[in-house]
Amino acid sequence: MLTAVLIGTSCSLLGSFLILRKSVMIGDAISHSVLPGIVLAFIFTEERAALPILIGAAVFGVLTTMFIQFLQRKSNVQEGAAIGISFTFFFALGVIMIALSTGGNVDIDQDCVLFGEIASTYLDKIFVNGYFVGTRSILTIAPVLLIVILFVVFGMKGLRLTSFNEDYAKALGINVNAWNYALLMLVSITAVLSFEAVGAVLVVGFLTIPPASAYLITNNLSKMLWLSVVFTLLSAVGGTLLALTLDVTISGMIVSVAGILFLLTWSGKIIMTKSKKIEKLSEV
Amino acid sequence: MNNLLEFFSFTNPTVRTVVLGTVLIAVCSSIVGTYTYLRKRSLVGDVVAHAIFPGICLGFVLSGSKNPIFLMLGAIAAGWIALVLMDAIVAKTKLKTDTAQAFILTFFFGLGTVFLAYIQKSGSAAQTGLHDFLLGKAANITQFDLAVFGVISLLLILLVLTYYKVFKLISFNEDYAASLGYNVKFYRFLLTTMTVVAVAVGIQAVGVVLMSALLITPAATARLWTHKLQHLMLIAGIFGALSGIFGAYVSYAAVNMPTGPWFVVFLTFFALLSIFIAPKNGILSKLKQKRINANKINRENVLKTFYNLMEHGAEQINTQLILEKRSFVPRVLEATLHKLKHQGLVQRKGNIYSLTEEGMVEAKRVVRLHRLWELYLTKRMNYKEDHIHGLAESMEHIITPEIEKDLLKELDYPTQDPHQSKIPY
Amino acid sequence: MISLEAHNLTVAYDKVPVLWDIDFELPTGKIIGIIGPNGSGKTTLLKTIMGLIKPASGYVKVFEQDLDEVRQRVAYVPQRESVDWDFPASVQDVVEMGRYRKNSLFRRLTQTDKEIVANAIEKVKLTAFKDRQISQLSGGQQQRVFIARALAQGADIFFMDEPFVGVDATTETAILDLLTTMRDEGKTVVIVHHDLQTVSGYFDHLVLLNTRVIACGPTAEVLTQENLSNAYGGQLTLLSKIQSIIKEKEFPIREKGFEKR
Ligand SMILES: Nc1ncnc2c1ncn2[C@@H]1O[C@H](COP(=O)(O)OP(=O)(O)OP(=O)(O)O)[C@@H](O)[C@H]1O
Ligand SMILES: [Mg+2]
Repeated sequence: MLTAVLIGTSCSLLGSFLILRKSVMIGDAISHSVLPGIVLAFIFTEERAALPILIGAAVFGVLTTMFIQFLQRKSNVQEGAAIGISFTFFFALGVIMIALSTGGNVDIDQDCVLFGEIASTYLDKIFVNGYFVGTRSILTIAPVLLIVILFVVFGMKGLRLTSFNEDYAKALGINVNAWNYALLMLVSITAVLSFEAVGAVLVVGFLTIPPASAYLITNNLSKMLWLSVVFTLLSAVGGTLLALTLDVTISGMIVSVAGILFLLTWSGKIIMTKSKKIEKLSEV
Repeated sequence: MNNLLEFFSFTNPTVRTVVLGTVLIAVCSSIVGTYTYLRKRSLVGDVVAHAIFPGICLGFVLSGSKNPIFLMLGAIAAGWIALVLMDAIVAKTKLKTDTAQAFILTFFFGLGTVFLAYIQKSGSAAQTGLHDFLLGKAANITQFDLAVFGVISLLLILLVLTYYKVFKLISFNEDYAASLGYNVKFYRFLLTTMTVVAVAVGIQAVGVVLMSALLITPAATARLWTHKLQHLMLIAGIFGALSGIFGAYVSYAAVNMPTGPWFVVFLTFFALLSIFIAPKNGILSKLKQKRINANKINRENVLKTFYNLMEHGAEQINTQLILEKRSFVPRVLEATLHKLKHQGLVQRKGNIYSLTEEGMVEAKRVVRLHRLWELYLTKRMNYKEDHIHGLAESMEHIITPEIEKDLLKELDYPTQDPHQSKIPY
Repeated sequence: MISLEAHNLTVAYDKVPVLWDIDFELPTGKIIGIIGPNGSGKTTLLKTIMGLIKPASGYVKVFEQDLDEVRQRVAYVPQRESVDWDFPASVQDVVEMGRYRKNSLFRRLTQTDKEIVANAIEKVKLTAFKDRQISQLSGGQQQRVFIARALAQGADIFFMDEPFVGVDATTETAILDLLTTMRDEGKTVVIVHHDLQTVSGYFDHLVLLNTRVIACGPTAEVLTQENLSNAYGGQLTLLSKIQSIIKEKEFPIREKGFEKR
């Protein structure tokens, strides 16, 4: 559960900006395309060391964005199509690499790639001098979350400006591309770390759904960030408990709960505006 | 090698089924994909592919079997709900399309994984096959599946043939179609249903994640080759089918190789290949065009220099003189002169070059275009005289005979350019 | 003094030139209009001046310097439709962006910054709305938010893209009054404008644009029948034919190499 909260918080902070920049689907693409990076790192290092995986992921994250741009520029492919072509290609490469190396030392299988399972990360405990320090995935995700939080807090102005009005930011002489790549780089790093816990598809749910719910009910950027963290917490806790009770997949349940929270928030908002209207009418 | 023969002789019934299956899938996806691409809704295929997953699980639970018809019905229902919900989010909230897509995609997929876990726990014997929908397993296509695919492909093709014109209109511009009195809502419904069905079929070969490639990549590739709708579908279908067959072959020849990912890799391979070699839009043909242009520009510049030199009374023209008049890379100048001689525009006596009669006509044409354009710029476009030369330098190579005629008419057959030089006819 | 100089400026999208060898100079301390028909390249010109598009040839100088050296003194007011007004930001938030600086992005705004921002909001008469979310403003108010942001930047020259679109007559007058005050303080205001009717009342100086500069100078001199029919008359079919050939055949707009004559 702690793993889910950490991943979720990191995702929702980054996801908020993806939503505001209208590049959620690029985030989706990246979360799929980092697969070959992970597999390569596994093959070369023959273990699940965090650093090579992060490097592999970052490389493929950037590669994906470049490939998308190449398709758009060199052949006038629409953005959506360019995204679709790119991430399916990289994902397919990843799956093929897995198939090629099964029987070798690679202990990831296709199921894990698609679903992930937070519960299984619990088994991978790390002990220092005999004391239990935490599970491995918690130990890797915690520093990333810290970086994400620092990035959001200190980069708030830059993120706000470049997300709201790119041209104006450029006119002020700000390097918009650098901000863009920094954000996408963090997304790919987070996506990779979430891979084994939640799988490629559901990472996107963590990225999108809580911030989307938050965006529905606030008009203030910092409130939106706070609220999306709250929504993440609610879904992580609720989802885990429900999943344990029903004995089903945790990550799937968390995303389902997050989705249902979104629907509830949305209908709540509709009811609120309706009743306000009625109040106004009755006043008249 | 044995594999190759064995595979492509299609004597093995399993191979036949798989190949036929992937080809049918490719055909369905390509037809539908062309429309989603033209309607700029490429990623909708991705959304649908994920969204039908819980539908398949429910279809399984309700029917208690892996009967493709029930699963298909479940899939269609789920796909439909998903798309309606997605459109509602875009229309009713401030969330934009991409967020709505990602929301639907992951929410439904999340629900699906929960259902799947539930089904697996209940331990029904037939459930093992459900996984194939996620990762795709073309090798498991059965005869019965094949029959279903066949019927669906036929239906899709029939629909496209019947409504070809309307679909075209709607893909091009919905508002315009509506203004002509078409029931746009109905046709949109039809197209969406076709998408959902095609996805439900294709997903069995390549799985949830890679499904969108089947829709998008062939259509985008075909778009590089042609502008015509019917050709688009045909070309997309061919690329799709070829990739499917190759993918099936790889997984047949190599142990433990999945078909779906190879299918997608071949699709992307064809896309990249097309980016390079497609006529007109391809990188190579653009490079070639550039080279042709550069050669043309060089030739015409040399001819023009001849004319200019002669205009100033030069009689014995050699390379030295040409280079004094205008800067060329000497090697390029030699090559260009050689080519011009070959074309019969220039003749050579010892070191001295001169224009042939045809060469003279051509040289006059270039100089004429240059001066006409200078005149046009000053007279019609208010440019100052010190600016026009550079612009005309490039324009003299671009102006076609047709534009020349327009120019002459518009400027009323002038005799002098803005620098008071004679315009040669 | 010259506030802006464009020299031999050619700008192309995808090799097709939309501004063709443009040359002009603008004075300081004036309200200057850039006018021309739809698609004549007004927005393109503004974006090129702001360094958002790289020209195919030529250059732009602001206050006789490269843009990068005088960025602080140059403010850009983009077309209103160019941003997503659903963005979770208040009037205050947006105007504060005018105080963001390249090298102080990671620092907090100072007290002085805050005062300047409050001042700018006051000047455009939006103080009552300063905490409102920007989607809940009228078109004219949104436009004023953008102007306030430019004011907060403390610039000497302002480039505005169609600030009067979607604005009612009273707001239009109010904005114009504000611009007039700014001019009287010595600022230069360059405005892309659409409405020919109001041109002579609004601007001291005009640039008449249609793919090339048709005329540039004091308003009265530029607004002649001949110039207008040159700009708005439909005699550029030739030009558009040529543009399509360039696109199709990938011809270079500017020949490389040097020619002697
Ligand atoms: N991103 C782009 N890619 C390709 N062509 C473009 C692009 N932006 C503009 N154009 C083309 O460049 C030309 C000039 O466009 P621009 O937006 O500068 O015109 P404008 O004068 O501002 O028009 P309007 O009055 O409609 O705002 C138009 O023909 C337009 O089609
Ligand atoms: Mg414009």
